[in-house]
Amino acid sequence: MIAGETSAMRAGLALCRHCRLLSRIDTTGSVNYCPRCGHELAYRRHDAIQRTWALIIAAAICYLPANLLPVMKSTTLVGASEDTIIGGVILLYLTGSWHLALIVLIASVMIPLAKLMSLAYLLITVQRRSTKSNQERVRLYRLVEFIGRWSMLDVFVIAFVVALVQIKPLMAAQPRAGILFFAAVVILTIFAAQTFDPRLIWDFAGNMEKRNE
Amino acid sequence: MPLNPVACPDCDLLQNIPHLPPQAKARCRRCGKVLAINRPRANERTLALAIGAAIVFTLANGFPLMGLSVAGREVDTTIMGGAWMMWQEGQQMTAALVAICAVIAPAIYISFTIVVLITSRWYRPAPVWVGELLLWAELAHEWAMAEVMMLGILVALVKIADLATVIVGVGMFATGALIVLITMIAVNFDPEKIWAQVQWVGSVTSEPVGGLRTGGDREAEK
Repeated sequence: MIAGETSAMRAGLALCRHCRLLSRIDTTGSVNYCPRCGHELAYRRHDAIQRTWALIIAAAICYLPANLLPVMKSTTLVGASEDTIIGGVILLYLTGSWHLALIVLIASVMIPLAKLMSLAYLLITVQRRSTKSNQERVRLYRLVEFIGRWSMLDVFVIAFVVALVQIKPLMAAQPRAGILFFAAVVILTIFAAQTFDPRLIWDFAGNMEKRNE
Repeated sequence: MPLNPVACPDCDLLQNIPHLPPQAKARCRRCGKVLAINRPRANERTLALAIGAAIVFTLANGFPLMGLSVAGREVDTTIMGGAWMMWQEGQQMTAALVAICAVIAPAIYISFTIVVLITSRWYRPAPVWVGELLLWAELAHEWAMAEVMMLGILVALVKIADLATVIVGVGMFATGALIVLITMIAVNFDPEKIWAQVQWVGSVTSEPVGGLRTGGDREAEK
């Protein structure tokens, strides 16, 4: 074994995705188990490309109703109004806090879209066996993993507005169906990021791709 | 010095982790992923932080986050109240997600981390279930979103501030402290040291190559 020159897979070794123990894959048996934690051991996550595609397509489908349907209904003595996510952002902007409006816009609208596009880009380049800009692609993947949780922001906003604004008949707030689709987008994109295997990016690289030094 | 072969989890490059001086990091030579950090007494510090986090978590959930008063009437809500009202209003799925990310996942993360740290101090080797709890703690960590919730609460407050007077509660300050403690746990916790003490499941089909971590961190602990 010449460490630092080759991938573990080429050396017949696999890193356990649960406990990170490096083990030799036994090619005679059908399924390998990690000797330390007992979970299934494989060179790469099973069907990572197909599963990630399935999850991001499902997320993209949910993204439309999430943005088109109202997420909250607010009732006051003057009347009732239903807000979509964008409507909520505009309302925040108009009531004077443009910083918060920007944060919500980024977290709720742009981050999910950026995640979907980034994962699609990673999947397409992996499927085309690209060997270009591997460094940048793995960095993009880490970014997607890191920022994904922030799109939960609007779910929390709605939850706490609804929990507090319950002074019937003066004012009331209720969640609407859009928030369900929005939550689905968040969950599906988080699962998609976990399902993708960043090691696929490097599988078509030469034996030792030179790091820009 | 025994060599410690690892594969990078992000690019699968096989490499050896050299002996690391205290506070030193080893990065993957191909993709730059941090592969190992030698923090002396990392898990002792983590245990202290986790116990602190458990106390603060109880406060954050036991006291109202915030309240509002309008025309002489007052309402307040706890963290769980945010999920509960959502449930009552017919959005059970979203309510469950809020409850998981705001309460259940942080609770599992903190409590399992404490159990794992204490049992791995008492039993050497630690029983197999300690490894299983550690995996659950890591999963819960990914779904624990106290910091996202905090920002969500702030946005909610701004939205409500026009309608009513908002009162900030004890739960809010406790949540702030919880975010700091959870971040410090994540920075300090060294799960590799736990894995080095956990009894292996035994029914081996694959031959281990790494995992015999007899590097610098053990000596630094003495």
